[in-house]
Amino acid sequence: MSNIMLIVIGSVLVNNYVMSQFLGICPFLGVSKKVETAVGMGMAVTFVMGLAALFTYFIQAYVLVPLHLEYMQTIAFILVIAVLVQIVEIALKKISPSLYQALGVYLPLITTNCAVLGMALLNARQGYNLLESVVNGVSSALGFTLAIVLFASIRERLSASNLPKWMDGFPGALITAGLMSLAFQGFSGLI
Amino acid sequence: MKQKSPMKVFLNGLFNENPTFRLLLGMCPTLAVSTAASNGLGMGLSTTFVLVFANLVISLLRKIIPEKVRIPSFVVVIATFVTIIDLLIKAFVPALSSSLGIYIPLIVVNCIIFARAESFAFKNPPVPSIIDGLGMGLGFTLSLTLLSSVREIIGSGTWFGMQVMPAAYKPMAIIVSPSGGFITLGILILIVNAVVKAYGKRKQVKEGIA
Repeated sequence: MSNIMLIVIGSVLVNNYVMSQFLGICPFLGVSKKVETAVGMGMAVTFVMGLAALFTYFIQAYVLVPLHLEYMQTIAFILVIAVLVQIVEIALKKISPSLYQALGVYLPLITTNCAVLGMALLNARQGYNLLESVVNGVSSALGFTLAIVLFASIRERLSASNLPKWMDGFPGALITAGLMSLAFQGFSGLI
Repeated sequence: MKQKSPMKVFLNGLFNENPTFRLLLGMCPTLAVSTAASNGLGMGLSTTFVLVFANLVISLLRKIIPEKVRIPSFVVVIATFVTIIDLLIKAFVPALSSSLGIYIPLIVVNCIIFARAESFAFKNPPVPSIIDGLGMGLGFTLSLTLLSSVREIIGSGTWFGMQVMPAAYKPMAIIVSPSGGFITLGILILIVNAVVKAYGKRKQVKEGIA
């Protein structure tokens, strides 16, 4: 149990995917202008990452390892993730149109979100079991959500304030992210 | 579509549409591996390899791949070459493999490669596609090496592992930490933007006179 707690705290705060491992930077910078869209993106990523952790675990444990095909890991995982995203999109459209309305636009973007593939590869490298893999998947995604929502809130405030012209856009956003990441480094002594 | 001269296609990737500084694509590997110049160079060259071959194969197959399943097809082609380079690096440069770690397989989801496959290789014949891949890849390598050199020199006082700063220099460890990555990249983009703007103005003035 303490093992699980360590994984949760580790992935949400200490080794936050965005702030200290640089996974999922593209959506972090791209979809963070408004808090509302950031929350939507975070939820969609959490949903997909939980499922991806589950499926990639089965692929790794029951297909790749028994057949000695570990070197096919990258291809197998990215295909699983791409298919999964596609299925989630179709299923969501049928089952819950309102949820689809909220998350739909973000789903296609998730295939190329390196946090998802990164999480799957890290799970396999760490040799996590099924429970640990899923917990790690969900909590890293929650860490991603935390970071992107905080960042979007700061950017909303920034857009209303009077920044020097040369700080507008990406340079300003990157420096803000740098300062945030500095704050996250403060968690490093936690584990 | 009008054919552009090969040189133009090549230089386009290197400067005008430099993936890192102008298009802001492929940020994850850029930030993650740029702690040392050798890592930056290694990552840049691996990405170039994948970019060139993925562009070539996709361009050769562009008339066979149906429009509807092009994205999954791109994924398979790109993932194949990433696996090849991953195994090659593991076999011949194990040190680089251990320092780049998970970021080599993550080249698969680098948006630069997707973007070039979709916007260039799928619409152009093989030779221009190779040149485009080479230009984009080298542009990425150039900016990645620049960023990682700056970070390594300021952050650890070395360049490609050699001591370049005087012994009295105290390395600013924050620059090689994750937060330093964001901040250094922000400042570099700022400088590049300023240079491009100044250059553009000068060009306008010149043309105005002529």
